[in-house]
Amino acid sequence: MTIAVVLGHVVATQKHSKLEGARLMLVQPLELDGGPEGEAFLAIDRLGAGPGERVLVLREGRGAIEVLGQPQGPVDAAIIGIIDTVDLLE
Amino acid sequence: MQLARVIGNIVCPQHDESLDAHRLLMIQPLDPGGRRQGAPLIATDSVGAGSGELVIFVIGKEASFATLPEKLPTDAAIVGIVDHVVIEHHP
Repeated sequence: MTIAVVLGHVVATQKHSKLEGARLMLVQPLELDGGPEGEAFLAIDRLGAGPGERVLVLREGRGAIEVLGQPQGPVDAAIIGIIDTVDLLE
Repeated sequence: MQLARVIGNIVCPQHDESLDAHRLLMIQPLDPGGRRQGAPLIATDSVGAGSGELVIFVIGKEASFATLPEKLPTDAAIVGIVDHVVIEHHP
């Protein structure tokens, strides 16, 4: 799992039948200091995450399918939490 | 999943028979701003994407899920055609 910020979303009327109803959010992974880390990607969302929110993102198909709720759906990333705070020791 | 632009198609008459009737498209991954991100790659298509269209694709094992129950030897699959991208947060 990684921490990312929601940049926005993608509208796609024509999509795989198992993605019907899934929100597709553009997320940018973050470093510990909040700066961008690596490349942005798309994750499905069922929690209602909004732009600018920090989220917990899973980048693995097996777990993303659980979030999608469709057996063997063609997805590889999902938002699984909306973060309030991150407490670091230093 | 990532965004990409369809930049071509692959004609490959001699192929694994499981790929019969499946289109192979060349796609260029893009960042959210539409800039090229990494090298182009070849993907199977499950949604009828056309040349020049902005698409959503998935890579890895999950790509082969797109055509189930038909099992394809693919590692990248187009799973959506993008109408538009809405960016509301600029970090």
